[in-house]
Amino acid sequence: MAQIFRPSTNTIAKMSIILGLALAGSLVGLLMAFERSTYRTNEGVVYAQPVPFSHDHHTAAMGIDCRYCHYSVETSASAGIPPTDVCMNCHKEIWKDSPMLEPVRASYRDNTPLEWNRVHDLPDFVYFDHSIHVAKGVGCVTCHGEVNKMPLIKRGSSLQMSWCLDCHRNPEKNVRPPEEVFNMEWERPKDDPDYGAKLVEAAGIEGEQRLTSCSTCHR
Amino acid sequence: MIGKTLCSRSRPGSERLPLMLLAVLGALLTVGCRQDMHDQPKIEPYEVNNFFADGMGSRIPPAGTIARGWLREDSALWEGKDAAGELVDTLPMALDQALLERGQQRFEIYCSVCHGSTGDGQGMIVRRGFKQPSPLYEQRLQEMPVGYFFDVMTNGFGLMSSYAKQVPVQDRWAIAAYIRALQLSQNAALAELPSPIQDEFHAALTAAESEGDGVHHDDAAAEHH
Ligand code: HEC
Ligand code: HEC
Ligand code: HEC
Ligand code: HEC
Ligand code: HEC
Ligand code: HEC
Repeated sequence: MAQIFRPSTNTIAKMSIILGLALAGSLVGLLMAFERSTYRTNEGVVYAQPVPFSHDHHTAAMGIDCRYCHYSVETSASAGIPPTDVCMNCHKEIWKDSPMLEPVRASYRDNTPLEWNRVHDLPDFVYFDHSIHVAKGVGCVTCHGEVNKMPLIKRGSSLQMSWCLDCHRNPEKNVRPPEEVFNMEWERPKDDPDYGAKLVEAAGIEGEQRLTSCSTCHR
Repeated sequence: MIGKTLCSRSRPGSERLPLMLLAVLGALLTVGCRQDMHDQPKIEPYEVNNFFADGMGSRIPPAGTIARGWLREDSALWEGKDAAGELVDTLPMALDQALLERGQQRFEIYCSVCHGSTGDGQGMIVRRGFKQPSPLYEQRLQEMPVGYFFDVMTNGFGLMSSYAKQVPVQDRWAIAAYIRALQLSQNAALAELPSPIQDEFHAALTAAESEGDGVHHDDAAAEHH
């Protein structure tokens, strides 16, 4: 009777162990990549909205400041979504017969809320506050991307924990003078290597210990 | 009866089974929890809550509700009117550089889109078809008490809506003070300006005259005193 296990079986056995490990490893890697992919984080995805509201038109083209509509962003945790009255400040006169704006007029007429779909939504176990970021000089564009160039809004960042931490560990790379927070075109001067460190000092930004401790964001 | 089984030392084999079951159940539970923790039964700003007929999670307080510390006793501050119901002509707070700077910043955010940065009524939204308001520095408005500007922002005026929601009371006064500053600056006589600016103006004037295309008196103010 012929041998059941030939010498070559040894190689196959070794190979299958290596391959098996490699497969398991790449599976884990794949899963991790998948979790971080824009498919999972919905970064860059456009959501359906009741009215095709364009930030591009309203901010870049007409120069309306973010705070005209998101007027609680400097003082509270939530940036605020403008109530229908705010749209009607202008749209009771401008494009007042446009069918595109009918949902806005209906909401105003019937005193019912206009239902926007949330684009950014952290899990409820995370605590986030706009006012502190605005006060210490983190620009809207740093977290939300070039909103002023978006015809329809989409996410400019992953909103994952690692994204928050990347900045909380190195605020000096990401802050700007507080008066430039709403300026979407601001550019950091390139000639001064200590520029960020000076801003961090001037704004009195907390140290890494505080900014990366779990209870800062999970309270 | 799990507790009892766990304590019994008589049959080593069966001792682990309930523990394993517990572990599996526990693991299942944490899987179940995940979604709950992502979307907890607390209400976040703007969250839909179907408990209420209109579906709004954030409720509007009943009319007449007064939050602690927010009793609007001071009618000059809150309504811009004195006890007799007349518009006040003094600010209900001290006027300083910081207030004017705040006023300028807020004016740029909330008003300049229509009224223009100088108050001329030529803002971007007006150029796109909104009714043109009168210049904020015209004679009639210079004679108005400062409380008038506060009142317009608070209650609206004609086609202009109320800005009470978007602009808190303190900021409305800062803007009112800034409108006064605009009126002064837009109607300032040349002789009242600091001398470097006067020199600049004269230089520009001579330059323009030597070029031959008469001066464009955008600084009408400069000659009208
Ligand atoms: C004319 C009013 C208006 C102005 C000005 C405005 N926004 Fe918005 N913004 C809205 C409305 C309405 C929505 C909700 C609809 C949507 O998501 O498209 C919104 C949504 C957003 C969102 C997404 C919210 C979500 O669902 O997660 C971000 C981020 C945002 N705005 C940032 C900005 C920034 C930054 C600026 C200044 C450059 C700005 N907005 C100026 C009205 C405005
Ligand atoms: C400060 C004035 C102002 C406010 C506030 C404002 N809009 Fe507009 N909006 C305009 C003007 C002006 C246009 C016309 C743009 C043009 O001529 O290109 C416009 C155009 C639009 C259009 C047409 C498509 C487009 O984007 O050009 C939509 C839809 C719209 N607005 C929705 C809204 C909604 C929803 C709100 C409230 C969140 C709002 N607007 C608040 C001034 C305003
Ligand atoms: C440090 C990063 C960061 C900065 C800076 C920032 N945002 Fe946000 N923004 C977020 C996150 C995270 C959320 C989601 C919050 C949540 O789900 O609770 C959000 C949500 C929003 C929303 C939706 C409503 C809300 O508050 O949940 C709007 C509108 C918005 N941001 C506008 C702005 C504007 C305007 C600025 C500039 C003044 C700004 N943001 C600056 C991170 C940031
Ligand atoms: C681009 C930079 C940046 C990003 C991204 C960022 N932060 Fe921050 N965050 C800051 C800075 C700067 C401060 C100010 C620290 C201080 O208090 O001095 C801050 C402060 C905070 C605070 C208050 C800390 C305290 O002392 O109480 C919280 C909470 C917070 N961030 C949560 C978040 C969360 C959650 C995210 C992600 C969704 C996030 N941040 C993303 C820069 C950032
Ligand atoms: C700067 C803010 C911040 C700090 C500090 C922080 N986290 Fe987070 N954490 C987040 C955000 C944002 C998320 C949500 C990420 C997402 O939705 O993908 C999160 C998610 C998590 C999750 C995942 C939950 C799930 O279901 O996916 C765990 C676990 C967690 N954090 C634990 C911790 C621990 C432990 C620490 C301390 C070492 C910590 N976090 C510090 C912001 C923070
Ligand atoms: C959407 C455009 C718009 C915005 C934004 C706006 N206004 Fe007006 N405003 C008008 C128009 C139009 C009128 C004239 C109304 C009429 O005659 O029906 C007016 C009238 C006024 C008047 C009365 C002038 C008079 O003739 O008696 C004052 C004062 C005023 N605005 C101040 C402000 C201030 C302060 C702000 C910022 C908080 C502001 N406005 C924002 C459009 C606007």
